[in-house]
Amino acid sequence: MSLEAKIPEGAMAEKWTDYKGHVNLVNPANKRKLEVIVIGTGLAGASAAASLAEMGYSVKAFCFQDSPRRAHSIAAQGGINAAKNYQNDGDSVFRLFYDTVKGGDYRSREANVYRLAEVSAAIIDQCVAQGVPFAREYGGLLSNRSFGGVQVQRTFYAAGQTGQQLLLGAYSALERQVALGKVEMFSRHEMLDVVVIDGKARGIIARDLVSGKIERHFGHAVLLCSGGYGNVFYLSTNAMGSNVTAAWKAHRKGAFFGNPCFTQIHPTCIPVSGDHQSKLTLMSESLRNDGRIWVPKKKDETRKPQDIPDEERDYYLERRYPAFGNLVPRDVASRAAKERCDEGYGVGTTKMAVYLDFKDAIIRYGKIEAGKAGNHNPDQDTMVTLGKKVVEEKYGNLFEMYEKITGENPYNQPMRIYPAVHYTMGGLWVDYELQTTVPGLYALGEANFSDHGANRLGASALMQGLADGYFVIPYTLGNFLAGEIRTPAIPTSHPAFEEAENTVRNRIEKLMGIKGTESVESFHKRLGKIMWNKCGMARNEKGLKEAVEEIKALRKEFWSNVRIPGEINEFNPELDKAGRVGDFLEMGELMCIDALHRRESCGGHFREESQTDEGEAKRDDANFSYVAAWEFKSDENWELHKEPLDFEIVKPTQRSYK
Amino acid sequence: MEHYHMNLTLKVWRQKDSKAKGNLETYQVKDVSSEMSILEVFDVLNESLINDGKEPIAFDHDCREGICGACSMYINGQPHGPWAKTTTCQLHMRAFKDGDTIVVEPWRSRAFPVIKDLVVDRSAFDRIIQAGGYISVNTGNAVDANSIPVDKRYADAAFDAAACIGCGACVAACKNGSAMLFVGAKVSQLALLPQGEPERETRALNMVAQMDKEGFGSCSNTYACEAECPKGISVAYIAKLNSEYLHAGLNDSDS
Repeated sequence: MSLEAKIPEGAMAEKWTDYKGHVNLVNPANKRKLEVIVIGTGLAGASAAASLAEMGYSVKAFCFQDSPRRAHSIAAQGGINAAKNYQNDGDSVFRLFYDTVKGGDYRSREANVYRLAEVSAAIIDQCVAQGVPFAREYGGLLSNRSFGGVQVQRTFYAAGQTGQQLLLGAYSALERQVALGKVEMFSRHEMLDVVVIDGKARGIIARDLVSGKIERHFGHAVLLCSGGYGNVFYLSTNAMGSNVTAAWKAHRKGAFFGNPCFTQIHPTCIPVSGDHQSKLTLMSESLRNDGRIWVPKKKDETRKPQDIPDEERDYYLERRYPAFGNLVPRDVASRAAKERCDEGYGVGTTKMAVYLDFKDAIIRYGKIEAGKAGNHNPDQDTMVTLGKKVVEEKYGNLFEMYEKITGENPYNQPMRIYPAVHYTMGGLWVDYELQTTVPGLYALGEANFSDHGANRLGASALMQGLADGYFVIPYTLGNFLAGEIRTPAIPTSHPAFEEAENTVRNRIEKLMGIKGTESVESFHKRLGKIMWNKCGMARNEKGLKEAVEEIKALRKEFWSNVRIPGEINEFNPELDKAGRVGDFLEMGELMCIDALHRRESCGGHFREESQTDEGEAKRDDANFSYVAAWEFKSDENWELHKEPLDFEIVKPTQRSYK
Repeated sequence: MEHYHMNLTLKVWRQKDSKAKGNLETYQVKDVSSEMSILEVFDVLNESLINDGKEPIAFDHDCREGICGACSMYINGQPHGPWAKTTTCQLHMRAFKDGDTIVVEPWRSRAFPVIKDLVVDRSAFDRIIQAGGYISVNTGNAVDANSIPVDKRYADAAFDAAACIGCGACVAACKNGSAMLFVGAKVSQLALLPQGEPERETRALNMVAQMDKEGFGSCSNTYACEAECPKGISVAYIAKLNSEYLHAGLNDSDS
C-alpha cells in the first residue's frame, strides 16, 4: 500500500481555494440520507458534528464522558492563535504558517499547515458569533497576547480558560443540533471497534458504559476526534479518561499511525509529590514571560529558596540561551530542566523540580506602579505590595491553583515546577482531506498527526481542533460522500458487524476471565514508568530496545494477571480502564519502535546519540525528512511506510536559541 | 509546605445501581498524606478494595484540575467539601486532620438520579442547554469578529457567567434542588452580548420551561448555590434570569 497525501496542485496559497472550488458536492436531499459517526466531542468532534448536522447530514456523536461538554479540550488554558493582524504588528497567514512549520522542527506537511493558517481567522469570527466571551479592550474590540516562539501578538484568549469557552461554544452548537434532531448524542459510550465493509469504514461497535451493553452503529463515514495518547505515560496533564482506544482500534483495522513517538513534554507543570500521584497539572506557558527559572548552584542545598542569594543561584536558561532566556521553546526548556535535575541540582523533597521565581517581576512591576503614583524612591515593602497586585491581575487564577495543590504561596516563594507529558503530535496518518488510509475513516484534531510536526507551538492545538471541525471536514467529507449517495444504510446484521462485535465481546470476556491479582491501575503505572524513563525526554538506542522488551513482558503479565472486579453488564469503570490500558500496552511498544528507528533528534524527540557539541537536538534531514507511517500487520508486527516531506516554501535550518 | 500523615474514617454512600437502596459504608484509611487530593485517597482506597476482592467505589472524575465539572462528591454536608471555590478534585487533604471522619455522598436531587455509588445522571443539564442555551448561527455565517464591539463591562460579566462548569453543585447545595444558578448563568451570558439579542426572550422562556420539566425545584433564596459554586458564580445572575424571564413573559403575552 502506498501513501498518497492528495495535496492539490498549484501554488501554496491557492491550494485550498482551488480545492474548495472543484470538490464534489452532495445535494441537500441526499445529505439527509447520509449518516456520519463522530467519535469524541472535544473541539474537533463537537465542531465537526455541529457543522455537518447544520449542512444536513444525519450525525451520531459519541463520548465516554457523562456530557459532551466535559471533553478534555475544556482544560486548555492559554489561548488560540489566528492570523487576524488586529494588532497591526505585521501578522499574516504566511507568518503563522511559517512559525508553525519552523516550530514543528520541519516535520509537518506544509500544505496542511498553510490551510490551517488560512482558516484560522474564520475560527475567531465563528466563535464570537456563538457568544464566546473572549477578552476585550476598553474600546470593545478583541484583545491579544503573545505566546512562545513568535514575534507577533496573535493569541486570542478568555482569561486562563480559553479551551473551556471555545468548547462550550462548540458544545452549544452541538446541543442545538441535538434539539433539532440532526445529531443523536451518545454520552457515556465508548467506541471499541471500527466496522470495515468492502474496504470502507461503515460503522462502529460501541459499549454503553452505564449498562455495559454492546451496540452496533452504521455510518457512511466515521470521524475520529478522540484526542491524543499522552496517558500512555500514566502521569500527564491529560484527563484521567483520555485514551488511545478509538485511534488504536482504527489502527488495527488498517489506519496507519503517523510519527507515534512525537510527544510534547511541557516544561512548566506542578511536580510529582509522591506515589499516590494520579495526574500532573500544567502551569501555563505564559508564566515564563515574567518568571525566572533557576536551581541552586550548590548540590544538596538545604536553605529555603528565599534565603539563597542571587549569586548562588543558577539561572540556567538565561546562562545557556542568552538570546531567548526563559522563553526558549517547550522542548528546549524541558530538556534543560531535566539536565540540571539529573546532575543533582534539583529542588524539593523529590529533587525532581526547579524553581520558577516571580520575585524580580514583582519588584519590577512594583517599581513601575509606584512611579506611576509619583513615588520614585519606593521602599521594598511598597514595591512588593504593588508588584504583587500586578502579578495577580496577570496570573491570579494560576497562582491560586498552584496554592490549592501545593499549599505554598507563589507570591512569597518560587513555584516548584518540572516537565510533564502534555500533548502528542503523532497520531493517525491522514491525507490532505484528513482521511486515514481506510477510506471513509477520518481523523481530526489531536488524533491526527499532520500539523505540528515534532513540536507544537503554544495556542495552536485549539486552532487545529476547530479548523479541522468547522472549516476543513465540511468540505473534504463531501468529496467522499458524493460517491456514496447510492449506498443505502447497511443493516447492522451484516456479517462485518457480527464479526466486529464478536471480537469486542471476546476481548471483554477474556479480560474479565483472567481474575488475576494485580489491578489495572498498577499495570498502567508500571507502563508509565517504562515509557517515561526510556521513551521520555531523552531517548537512546539501548533504553528503547530494553523498553520494547519490558513492554512485551508487561503486556504478557497483564493478560495473565490483571484483576477486574464487578461484572460486564453494569457500570464498571475498572473494566473500561482495563480495555484502555490494554491498548496503551500495544501503543507504547509502537512508540518505542518509532523512537528507535528515528536516529535523529527533532523537536520533542531527543535521541542522545544525535546532539550537537553543546548538547542541543540535531536533526538529520538527509535521512529522516519524512513522516513515519506505521502499518499494523499483526500483533507485535508493523511495517514502516515513509511519506517524504518536501519543503518548497520554508527551507529547513538548524534551530538555535543561543 | 510541611506535610503530615493521618488516619481517617470514611463513610461512603454505596449503591449498586439506580434501583438499589444504598447505604453508607465505613472504611478506615491509614497513612494518608496531606499532599494528596481527596480523589487520590479514593484511588488508594479503591486499590485496597480491589486487592481484597471487593468492589471499588464508583465516582465521576476526569480532568482533575477543576475545569471539566465531572467530579461531584457531597463531602461532610457540602458539595465539593469544605474549601470555598474549589472542586472535589482540587480539595487536598490539608483540609483534614488525623482522626477525622469524612462522610461522602452523591449529589442529592430528584433531577440527578444515582447511577452507582457516587455517580449521578446529570443529563438534565444537557437538555436544558438544548432548549435554548445557544446562539443560532451556522458555521460559515459569521461576520468579522471585530465588527461586533462589546462593552468591556458586559463582556467581562458575560465571561464571569460563562465560567460555569456544569457540575451541579448549585443543585446539590439547594434545599429545593433548584437549577436557577445554572440556568441563570447561561441566560445571562448570552443576554449580556449583542450576539444573543435575537433569541433573548425565547431562550429565557424555553430554558426555564425545560428546567421545570426536568424536576428541579424553585429558588430557595438561601444563596447556598453561590456559596458552594466552585467557580463563584454570583446569585446576581439569578436576579438577571428572573428579570429576563419576566420581560420575555410580558412580551410573549402581548403577542
